[in-house]
Amino acid sequence: MTTTAPALRRRHGGIHRGEAASGWLFTAPMIVLLGLFLVIPVLMALWVSFSDWNGNGSPFASGVSFVGTDNYHAILAGGGLAEQDFGTALRNNAWYVVLVVPLQTALSLYLAVLVDRRMLRGRGFFRTAFYFPSVTSSVAITVLWLFLFSASGAVNQVLSWFGVHGPNWFSDPSGVIHDALQPLGVDQGPAALTQHGFLGVSWWDWIGGPSVAMTAFILMAIFTTSGTFMLVFLAALQNLSSEVTEAAMVDGANGWQRFWRITLPQLRPTLFTVLTLGLIGGWQIFDQIYTGTQGGPAKTTLSPAYLSYQTAFTNQQWGQGAAIAFILFVIIVAFTLLQRWVLRERGVPRRKRFGPVTPGPATPGATPAAPATASEVTP
Amino acid sequence: MQRSTSRWLGGCAVAATAALALSACGSGSGFSGNDDTTGGSTGGATSTANLTSSDSALTVMIGSSGDAEATAVKKAVSDWSASSGTKASVVAATDLNQQLAQGFAAKKPADVFYLSTDALAGYASNGSLLPYGDLLQNKADFYPSLVSSFTYQGQLYCAPKDFSTLQLVIRDDDWKAAGLTDKDYPKSWDDLEALAKKLTTGKTVGLSTNGEYARIGAFMVQAGGNLMNDDSTQATANSDANVQALTFVKKLLDEGVYKYAKEGLGEGDGGQALGSGKAAMTIEGNWVTGELKNDFPDVKYTVVPLPSGPAGQGTLQFSNCWGIAKDSPNQAAALKLVEQLTSTDDQLAFSKAFGVLPSIQSAADAWKTDNPTLVPFLDGANYAKGVPTAKGASDVVADFNSQLTNLAKSGPKTILDTVQKNLEALGP
Repeated sequence: MTTTAPALRRRHGGIHRGEAASGWLFTAPMIVLLGLFLVIPVLMALWVSFSDWNGNGSPFASGVSFVGTDNYHAILAGGGLAEQDFGTALRNNAWYVVLVVPLQTALSLYLAVLVDRRMLRGRGFFRTAFYFPSVTSSVAITVLWLFLFSASGAVNQVLSWFGVHGPNWFSDPSGVIHDALQPLGVDQGPAALTQHGFLGVSWWDWIGGPSVAMTAFILMAIFTTSGTFMLVFLAALQNLSSEVTEAAMVDGANGWQRFWRITLPQLRPTLFTVLTLGLIGGWQIFDQIYTGTQGGPAKTTLSPAYLSYQTAFTNQQWGQGAAIAFILFVIIVAFTLLQRWVLRERGVPRRKRFGPVTPGPATPGATPAAPATASEVTP
Repeated sequence: MQRSTSRWLGGCAVAATAALALSACGSGSGFSGNDDTTGGSTGGATSTANLTSSDSALTVMIGSSGDAEATAVKKAVSDWSASSGTKASVVAATDLNQQLAQGFAAKKPADVFYLSTDALAGYASNGSLLPYGDLLQNKADFYPSLVSSFTYQGQLYCAPKDFSTLQLVIRDDDWKAAGLTDKDYPKSWDDLEALAKKLTTGKTVGLSTNGEYARIGAFMVQAGGNLMNDDSTQATANSDANVQALTFVKKLLDEGVYKYAKEGLGEGDGGQALGSGKAAMTIEGNWVTGELKNDFPDVKYTVVPLPSGPAGQGTLQFSNCWGIAKDSPNQAAALKLVEQLTSTDDQLAFSKAFGVLPSIQSAADAWKTDNPTLVPFLDGANYAKGVPTAKGASDVVADFNSQLTNLAKSGPKTILDTVQKNLEALGP
């Protein structure tokens, strides 16, 4: 839509008369393709989530009836196993996202800054090495991970050199926060947390942290995706004009200050992209679960995406499966909007407009420089 | 910006309208073409005359355990095809549930396919399956417990393909090292407990299985219980018998003479725990023979019947059946194919190829002669119980499994009460 916007804006000129029509003509193939393979299936799935379709024949056949929000009710407030499973999946995935997104963003930014340095020898080698996990298929990496993190695998071998008795990674359903509390003598949660809950999962279990098995997947996600996002950050870093940085150096800003005050603010749009992609990818985790653990041990690696698949294809609850997918969709959109709001352009902070807060002769030019370029990058 | 937004919305409206128009066309012509062409009434096929018949080729979809199984089924089907004159092809599905579901939704399903006890109720209730059981000429030959596993609302839907039961597998080296002989095989739970204690040494635990219903359920049957009654119409999860069984299991776990293969030993299942020497005894099905032969060819083992519990002998059995699609244009030929695939000859050939037990009683003697060391597995058919087949029961079992991981910490009664509640919520 953004590509057609400039042409559409000038609608009165004689020479531009037919532009709207040809614009539509040129975009028509894509609109038809998107409609056929995206919009229609999505609308069909939306209908299925409100119907009692049982998987036999077309969802629009005469025998299929509208059941209102029954499917959504069963998942969100049914009080049964469906609600409990959804709550469990949501908890697992929430911990996954909370840990993966910040860590992978920080790591990829760190790697990008490292390989961006002009002084570094063998930059090409490191760039390839860091990017390598991203080009390998997630199935292959999952299999590799299952071996590395098996009870007698390489990871536990290395841990044993340091006298650490590694956990039985992919078979350990205990939450890491629960595990951390155990040495402190906290074995059972307080009744206030264990007796009440949300979506069929007690608050005590909500705060239990990702299971040890899920932690292995979290490490894997960070390992595989940070290469891709490093590339995104690297592209953005190389696009930054060195003049601003040089100006800051002239003003006497040290490396740490230059990173936080000059580089990072200019990377805000890229940061938004990376966080959004990470968030969406994080909530859609499926391949690893499907090939690795099928939701086990004790359902602690169940994710909403995998639960949706399992509910529909294995348990023949097509309406509930589709409903889970749409709830997941709403969650992703909500988090993206929230993040957009958090990272929105706030303009120049008031106190900075009036010069540095600490009076003194130092750096009259450096402070205004950063906000000025930040607003220049994002029109 | 304002203007481009409204344009964008306009574009959306056009796309949505196009989408609705297209979907209307789709539902009109493509999807629901042959609703009324199937011969059988909804009440089930009562005679072979009601079956659809045509000269269209048959598709057989299997969820294969490996090359040996796929090759054996392909050979059996092509032999039948050559003798009957009906073309037939075998598809080894990578994800059977998904590929079956796609076929049913498109009204173009495979004609004959593997069907698990889990999936039966779902497909039977939505009218995807042809309930052909009563038409089978060899119906009386199938083991009764298998027939009840594939009976849904009083009708036998499909012919049991083959089956497996659980028995006790013992590692010979450990057994001898502990000074035990073939007179010491366990007869009761007390025997089992004493033996597990005796066989537990520094590196080896006495007994190990996966911590799931599909193994521990055998103790429940030995105590006279099971998660549901035999035809899966009533939940019996929190019965005293089941509580007694789980209490016994918990006791063994607490004593450290029994460990779950995954959580306790870091092995994939009981067979691997036995093969790797981390466990002296395990409870596994007849598939364990193939597993041990491939992964641990040097390990010597003995299969003996599971000990009797308070209610006598008991074990679990697992089975698949040959489903026939209601939408198949050639049900008559499909039925003939299934009769051939469940015949004594074909079942013995399958058994030789991939180690399953024949589902018909008339093949038992020949099988026992061929497999003298594995006789306890087949004998198990006389006292085995099936797993619950009610629609949605597999979910409840999965949840039960996740709670069994925690059995050492929580109480048997608490766990079984939850299972009972979940099973009752499934409805009739």
